[in-house]
Amino acid sequence: MSLTLGIDTSTDVRVGLATEGAVLASAAVTDTRAHAEQLMPLIRDTLRRAGCRLGDVTRVVVGVGPGPFTGLRVGVASAQTLGFALGVEVRGVCSLDACAAGYDGTAGEFLVLSDARRREVYWARYAADGSRLTGPFVGPVSELPQLPVTGPGAVLAGGTASPLDGGLLALAGPSLPDAGLSPLYLRRPDAEVPSKRKSTLLQPRLAAGWSKR
Amino acid sequence: MSGPLVLGIESSCDETGVGIVRGHELLANEVASSVEQHVRYGGVVPEIASRAHLEALRPALERALATADVDLSELDGIAVTAGPGLMGALVVGLAAAKALAVALDKPLYGLNHLVGHVAVDLLDHGPLPQPCGALLVSGGHTSLLLVNDITGDITEVGSTIDDAAGEAYDKVARVLGLAYPGGPVIDRAAAGGDPAAIRFPRGLTAGKDLVKHRFDYSFSGLKTAVSRWVETRQRDGEEVPLADVAASFQEAVCDVLTAKAVDACTHFGVSDLLIGGGVAANSRLRSLLEQRTAEAGIALRRPRPGLCTDNGAMIAVLGAEVIGRGLRPSALDIGADSGLPVSTVLV
Ligand SMILES: [Zn+2]
Repeated sequence: MSLTLGIDTSTDVRVGLATEGAVLASAAVTDTRAHAEQLMPLIRDTLRRAGCRLGDVTRVVVGVGPGPFTGLRVGVASAQTLGFALGVEVRGVCSLDACAAGYDGTAGEFLVLSDARRREVYWARYAADGSRLTGPFVGPVSELPQLPVTGPGAVLAGGTASPLDGGLLALAGPSLPDAGLSPLYLRRPDAEVPSKRKSTLLQPRLAAGWSKR
Repeated sequence: MSGPLVLGIESSCDETGVGIVRGHELLANEVASSVEQHVRYGGVVPEIASRAHLEALRPALERALATADVDLSELDGIAVTAGPGLMGALVVGLAAAKALAVALDKPLYGLNHLVGHVAVDLLDHGPLPQPCGALLVSGGHTSLLLVNDITGDITEVGSTIDDAAGEAYDKVARVLGLAYPGGPVIDRAAAGGDPAAIRFPRGLTAGKDLVKHRFDYSFSGLKTAVSRWVETRQRDGEEVPLADVAASFQEAVCDVLTAKAVDACTHFGVSDLLIGGGVAANSRLRSLLEQRTAEAGIALRRPRPGLCTDNGAMIAVLGAEVIGRGLRPSALDIGADSGLPVSTVLV
């Protein structure tokens, strides 16, 4: 028996189980600020409810974003370590691809959006069959192509929000493009190289928020 | 004879550490630092540190297990830093530790980073005299602790009210045009200088400050004083005597650090003082502390330099102590706490 565990923390906390072409379980904690707290308990409880044990898992699929960085890293670190400890393969997939897998695109091309804050969205463009054509990108809603929208951030472009489904991620994950196990950050870290010594002599400073604990 | 076999994970700042201990015996201590990536910014950039933790963690885990020659299934528990530290950095280690604990069905222990700096000395010098004083000095912390019981009774009797000592080193290094991190470079620059050349201020040592802040530190005024002194010299077109400035600054930091630590030990009737944190490797701090503790009849304990800086072994050995006392493991839904108080050893 093959059992795939799906993990995604690109928005809130989502997990799922799939086996032999069928979704076994899908679960979520709709809290976007408690990934580190809620992910492992949710995995444990979802397995228990499905009558499975972690030792039964033969593959882990993890959404590697794009999404808010801190939450994203919790999912990737957890998936990587679970895979290491269980001795099973871990596959990283683009979280937007997993959303596209659950969308009925018979009407033609469409976009999957998720909230990137700062009035921007993470997005990618898909063909009717759900395969990714371009992206993922990060940018303002005003610059999106005029196409139907879906995904957790669809409401930002006048569509209906449809969150990623953990079970579907587990089911479709193994056949989605391999995105590697580095998060799809799309944005550089916010950090400024301080100006040269001459000016710092007059006003020595460390940028706010950099103080090392 | 042996003790609990514990794996410890540390990711509170810019070092990714995985350590393995058996009781007080060190089996592995793998540390990957992202310090090079922060140099150009002159300080730790939390997002850069967090990204580096995620990349470094699994390789560090594999190396530590290979070095210790133990199998994951043999472990008695997984210990992890739950705080204090940088939030985005802490959660990477916490997530990995939880995943290990669940996958292996082992107990999880979320521990206090500062207490780890004290516990690590168990690996070098065995059981801690109790009570014991502890001076923790690094880029992130400047704390004076009274340790009655390392697994549950620790009081912070003093701490910095502004910058950490290591932070002051970083800032002064920048004023002097020296590299980051400032600790080792200022220590080197000070080597040929006269520590009495310039009398820089000693923070919170005036009579009125001693009423409320007897054991507290302040380095922000010192940093400003060095900056002004250098600025005035340059404005007047005079040369800045780098070695003298570095030595005088270092003397001001070490004078107040050691004086207050010894005063606290005397005040609380403690005859042992432990020093930890990255700045514990500073040559002047060591010599002045050796001199002053000897004068006051206080025994000084200092872990080897490689264990003073942030590492996973310090968390692992604290975990082994906690397990040895039979304390209950942490719940699986614990979070990281960037401001975890030192009185909370186990979350
Ligand atoms: Zn530290």
